[in-house]
Amino acid sequence: MSAPSALRTPWLPKLVVAPSFILSFLFIYGLMAWNGYLSVSASRLLPNYEFVGLEQYEILFENERWWVALRNLAVFGGLFIGGGMAVGLLLAVLLDQKIRAEGLLRTIYLYPMALSFIVTGTAWKWMLNPGLGLEHLMHQWGFTEFEFGWLVDPDKAIYCVAIAGIWQSAGFVMALFLAGLRGIDDSIIKAAQVDGASLPKIYWRILIPTLRPVFFSTLMVVSHLAIKSFDLVMALTAGGPGYATDLPATFMYTMAFSRGQIGLGAASATVMLATVAAIVVPYLYSELRVKK
Amino acid sequence: MNKTMTLNALALGALLTCAAAAHAGEVEVLHWWTAGGEAKAAAALKATLQAKGHTWKDFAVAGGGGDSAMTVLKSRVVSGNAPAAAQIKGPSLQEWAREGVLANMDDVAKAEKWDESLPKVVSDIMKYKGNYIAAPVNVHRVNWLWANPEAFKKAGAKVPTNWDEFFVAAEALKKAGITPVAHGGQNWQDFTTFEAVALGVGGVEFYKKALVQLDPATLNSPTMENVLSTFKKVKGYTDKNAPGRDWNLATAMVIKGEAGMQIMGDWAKGEFIAAGKVPGKDFVCAPAPGTAKSFTFNVDSFALFKLKNDANVKAQKDLATAIMSPEFQELFNLNKGSIPVRLGMKMDKFDDCAKTSSADFVATAKSGALVPSIAHGMAVPSAAEGAIKDAVSQFWNTDKMSAKDAMAKIVAAAKTK
Repeated sequence: MSAPSALRTPWLPKLVVAPSFILSFLFIYGLMAWNGYLSVSASRLLPNYEFVGLEQYEILFENERWWVALRNLAVFGGLFIGGGMAVGLLLAVLLDQKIRAEGLLRTIYLYPMALSFIVTGTAWKWMLNPGLGLEHLMHQWGFTEFEFGWLVDPDKAIYCVAIAGIWQSAGFVMALFLAGLRGIDDSIIKAAQVDGASLPKIYWRILIPTLRPVFFSTLMVVSHLAIKSFDLVMALTAGGPGYATDLPATFMYTMAFSRGQIGLGAASATVMLATVAAIVVPYLYSELRVKK
Repeated sequence: MNKTMTLNALALGALLTCAAAAHAGEVEVLHWWTAGGEAKAAAALKATLQAKGHTWKDFAVAGGGGDSAMTVLKSRVVSGNAPAAAQIKGPSLQEWAREGVLANMDDVAKAEKWDESLPKVVSDIMKYKGNYIAAPVNVHRVNWLWANPEAFKKAGAKVPTNWDEFFVAAEALKKAGITPVAHGGQNWQDFTTFEAVALGVGGVEFYKKALVQLDPATLNSPTMENVLSTFKKVKGYTDKNAPGRDWNLATAMVIKGEAGMQIMGDWAKGEFIAAGKVPGKDFVCAPAPGTAKSFTFNVDSFALFKLKNDANVKAQKDLATAIMSPEFQELFNLNKGSIPVRLGMKMDKFDDCAKTSSADFVATAKSGALVPSIAHGMAVPSAAEGAIKDAVSQFWNTDKMSAKDAMAKIVAAAKTK
């Protein structure tokens, strides 16, 4: 019934898709290209189009603060991705044991996802601050030797950001893994049980390896969250103490919007884009090839 | 108090009505005076403009002031739709002027004798290539030390006038179980403390050479090393929960007597007053140690943008005139807690701290000890300021870093263009 009408107006589907195509082309790829151009311009307070080649990139990679941001991204990204996935997987496996009130627990674990990073950051800021949170509480309970000042220690503050990030993302990762686990055919497990495999062995050898695609998509989602991280750091430490917890996104914001160095900010944004692309493009490539 | 304010506002309005012009335009203003006393002062300015027949429009920015407002302002200017005026200050004015978007206000300045009524260091900041492009509103003194006399009495210490006395007092306060220095570990607060130390230890000439002209030799001198180690020594007298603390919470520690003193600009006074404290009795405002004869200023100003419509240009000029008028200067600064930027103002309605501040402002303007605050965006362009701030803050926060290393970093940072 619908086939003849589609033939009569072959331009209709294209027309329907066109607005969103044009909008996304203009406002995503167009702005990316603009940003790319700004990164090779001499832009300061306002965009200008004087071409200066790779000068902004040279300045960027000579900037110590940028290196701190990159190092922090490596530490934070590693912990956030690794920790989030490990905790998420553990929770998923535990929830998978056909326990009572699973629905309730699942909701509780998933709930942090519903909060914005700003809320997470602020709440953890209070909990981790030695004068307000955990340390203060322990002192009040009489454990006066207890010390936990990571948040105010420039060398350790980045771990606090990772802790808050893991707390936020673990529930989401759990949901993905749990869905994956539930999708596995029961007969495989039954067969393994008949062969006398223990439960840990079944998980380790059979179930988790079958979750490979889930691992991949989780990694995709979580790693780009790590690279884009901005609000969590802003709320938790505002990049401090000093600039000890700066990440590339906060660096970019500071340079482009507070310090009138749009060119430098654009250069750092381009480097971030390249990092995300380095992760996503190979993945997309392999995915699309499999489909053929 | 409120009644006087309203009367003042009315008087101000009436006074300027006489000059009402035939052309009526619209002034759109980007400002952050949205709460408390500042909002009242802004309302007075609005009334003045309306009395002249102009319409006033607030430049609305979702999500508050600061960076987000600046981003909106930039996009408006780029698209050729600039407001009449925006709150921009310090060398940022030069950066905006270099983009060719600010208007020449020389005729207003000449008619109103701005050159005669402003200290030269201040008027230079308001000018680009010799032409006025902005109107100053107020002066904040940054080099203040706020102290709780009660705490000092308990510790048997006296309010310090130089850095040696400062550490003696700090030691006494510490022994008495009081946090000697209330500090908030945010980079601009670290930098504010640094600036006070630099002025107090190094003196005015050193400050000008090092932190205004960014002379590499001065930045790399033994005096600088001395400044940095004194600065680092202050950290030993702050509490360890300082990182990330907002300045007003640090002020609250002094108000409550949990801490003895704080180095902060005169906006801290508002917190004391709001807590019902009386200057001179419940709290002491003294110049930061060693800086009694000098003055680091932070001047708020309005950048005036190029406009197309003639009626709006007229309204903008009326706005500039009103901002610099003695009536508005008094009214606004009584509300804001700062002091008038105009010289030769009567100060009898102001409190003691403001009177001292104003007297020092006038005296230092003559002696040349009136210097721009680097920590508050008055001395050097924002890129260099930010880079130096990073280096200073890193030194403050990294216990392993030596003063020599910090010095090398600051010299490198000062080259940021």
